[in-house]
Amino acid sequence: MHELTLAAGILDIVQHNVLAADAARVRAVRVRVGDLAGVVPGSLQFCFEAIVTGTPFAAASLAIERVAAVAECRECGCTTGLSGPQFVCPACGALGMAVLCGEELQVVDVELDDAMARAS
Amino acid sequence: MSVVTIERKVLQKNDTLAAANRERFASNGLLVLNIVSSPGAGKTTLLEATIEQLRDRARIAVVEGDVQTDLDAQRVAKYGVPVVQIVTNGGCHLEANLVADAVGSLDLDQVDLLLIENVGNLVCPANFDLGEAMKVVVLSTAEGADKPLKYPAMFRKAAVLIINKVDLLPYVSVDVAEIRRHALQINPYLVIFETAATSRLGVTEWCDWLVAKLTAGHA
Repeated sequence: MHELTLAAGILDIVQHNVLAADAARVRAVRVRVGDLAGVVPGSLQFCFEAIVTGTPFAAASLAIERVAAVAECRECGCTTGLSGPQFVCPACGALGMAVLCGEELQVVDVELDDAMARAS
Repeated sequence: MSVVTIERKVLQKNDTLAAANRERFASNGLLVLNIVSSPGAGKTTLLEATIEQLRDRARIAVVEGDVQTDLDAQRVAKYGVPVVQIVTNGGCHLEANLVADAVGSLDLDQVDLLLIENVGNLVCPANFDLGEAMKVVVLSTAEGADKPLKYPAMFRKAAVLIINKVDLLPYVSVDVAEIRRHALQINPYLVIFETAATSRLGVTEWCDWLVAKLTAGHA
């Protein structure tokens, strides 16, 4: 259940990047989660909702953008999408392909509601 | 809608603290291991066996991570090495700041080898760098040969795999060669040892390898 720690980390980053006066205007927090990041998206969603409840960010929802895993063979150089956990090159059979993407765990941006007047 | 661009790693804070730990450990010439496994794989017994063999060859200290108790720290303290307990109170993994606080009470100049026993969990600790030189994953034979495939992140990030409880092999339908094959598919650079920590079988090979690492680090 490290998703709770991650949700707290996401909220912390948002708090540091959004003016306190704009907190209630945050509608969506966009995060990028790679397929190899070891994160359960549904669980992260649940934890984020739980952690913003009762805070000025209560209206914010978490928008999760998945990133598929892609790896490159260290032997033959071919690039392939990884669908399972086995890092075996489909072309030459070499083991332990190098991961190019799919490990992301980032806060991308937040969307603010323009219609809502800024709290003064 | 207006957009505020952020583009920050969620674990940036932990990564920064881990980097600071790593720098501190390096300046003290310390070799730091982050020992991970599922609950009951034998981390603490392996620690005991390792300390028993190495305490005359290296100055060892231990950081014990536990969800609720200090039972493991009590076991390790019997071997006469400094041990610091971190109780996470339900937390499923150690984080870099907890380790930074814990080592504050140790005299790191007097330590060559720092063994950090993480919370028993093959999932969450994979994401949290503590500033260690390497992760050592312990897998007991009774857990089954499919575990490297089911928990690939941990096996991909580890430098060493210790297949423990090989003395149980006559009683469990597990093939060590299959564990090895699965683990190497995930991470072909893994250094693998086979042990039965309770009876100290295979522990010498592991300890000799560690001593070589220590010597190389201090050369």
